Amino acid sequence: MRLKKFLIFTFIIINFVGINQSYSIEPDVFVQSTVNRASEALNNKYSKEEKIEKLKQIASETVDINGIGYYTLGVYRKNISDNEINQYEMLFEQYFLKSFSSRLAEYSNPEIEVVSKKKLNENYTMVSSVLVGTEQRPEVKIDWRIYTKNAGNPLIRDLIIEGLSLARTQKEEFSSIIQSNDGDINALFSTLKEFIK
Amino acid sequence: MKKIIITSLISLMLATNVSADTDGENNLSKKNSGEVKDCFESVNRATFKFNQVLDGVIFEPIAKAYRVLPSPVRAGTGNALDNLSTLVTIPNNILQGEFKKAGVNTGRFIVNTTVGIVGIFDVAEKIGFSEYEKEDYGQTLGVMGVGPGCYLILPVLGPSTIRDTAGSFANILGGDAWYNVTVANDTQHFSEFDYYASRVGSGIDFRAKNIDSFENLEKNSMDFYASVRSLYLQDRQQKIANSNAITETQNDSDWEEIETQ
Repeated sequence: MRLKKFLIFTFIIINFVGINQSYSIEPDVFVQSTVNRASEALNNKYSKEEKIEKLKQIASETVDINGIGYYTLGVYRKNISDNEINQYEMLFEQYFLKSFSSRLAEYSNPEIEVVSKKKLNENYTMVSSVLVGTEQRPEVKIDWRIYTKNAGNPLIRDLIIEGLSLARTQKEEFSSIIQSNDGDINALFSTLKEFIK
Repeated sequence: MKKIIITSLISLMLATNVSADTDGENNLSKKNSGEVKDCFESVNRATFKFNQVLDGVIFEPIAKAYRVLPSPVRAGTGNALDNLSTLVTIPNNILQGEFKKAGVNTGRFIVNTTVGIVGIFDVAEKIGFSEYEKEDYGQTLGVMGVGPGCYLILPVLGPSTIRDTAGSFANILGGDAWYNVTVANDTQHFSEFDYYASRVGSGIDFRAKNIDSFENLEKNSMDFYASVRSLYLQDRQQKIANSNAITETQNDSDWEEIETQ
């Protein structure tokens, strides 16, 4: 009986270690695979609504929406109640998915090539890529801030397009809305609700 | 007389700029575009709205019509305008101590103006010159440690800062050879019209290249004014740092606090 328990325990440990090792994903591979999925979703064989649904699905699996939401709230996240945080998380997720998918749905068959990666620390790796130029627009450099705390489940936290951080832009936009309303976080919630409609 | 007035105006702007930055810290070192003060926000927002109306009525339709032109025509126009801008970039390379870049850009200007037929063809790039990076007097002031001062929206011209606006006056004080041979001096070869046409052309070329991005940004912004301000200030910060390394211009401290795994 003891031997049986020991064997089961050993089996579980081996599998756990094995799973952890086999599921460690390199950030550049993760970005390229995400980009390939998005490119497929943006194929012209789909309607705009189908594209949006597919992009939302990809974003939910590959983007750290909560992390971006906290970052975007900046200093205000430290001064609001748990209730408000919960409400914000819910609103931000809907806002993010709508905004993200509608921004990307305008593109058709974008070709993105991963060029290099740079590990910043245990938690972050920056992956550099280029959006290949077309007749309508020049080549665009895109850098991806990848959150790698869990190496088996890397997540996107920011897109830096030609040196311009989308997360920072969003953070400064949110901050402007709150400041224009005398620091009232509810003004941000109302604006988010209006946008989500 | 004109020069004296402009010089006085620049001195006044830079003096205001210094007092606007009373915390005495270099904003660049903070690596945060949010540190630039929007001292005239209500006026800026009104000017921004005015510019948007103007853009909708004049610039956007022209930019859309310009985009209909064949790609080689647009590329040639963009190249020729970029070529003229090297006349401002070269003195700024020198002022920033980038002598090698000044040499490369001088070579680029000579090759493109002659072999490239007044800059229509970017021959320099084809024969292996490094990628062209524009420089202006606002950037040079930034490199010299002058803080950006307050954020400004200029009528028609759009986003700027006190430093960048002051810097742009250097163009008409002799810092732009193209201005000198068209407007400042009667050279018989060029007229004032050539200068102003090139400036308007640059604006339309820029607008046309970014038409989709602007539309997309406007559609998906809850506060378009704040988004444009953030993007403009980030862009200037990056250009002044003269760095292609993203990690040098991004502030990591805020990210480090956020744990979701």
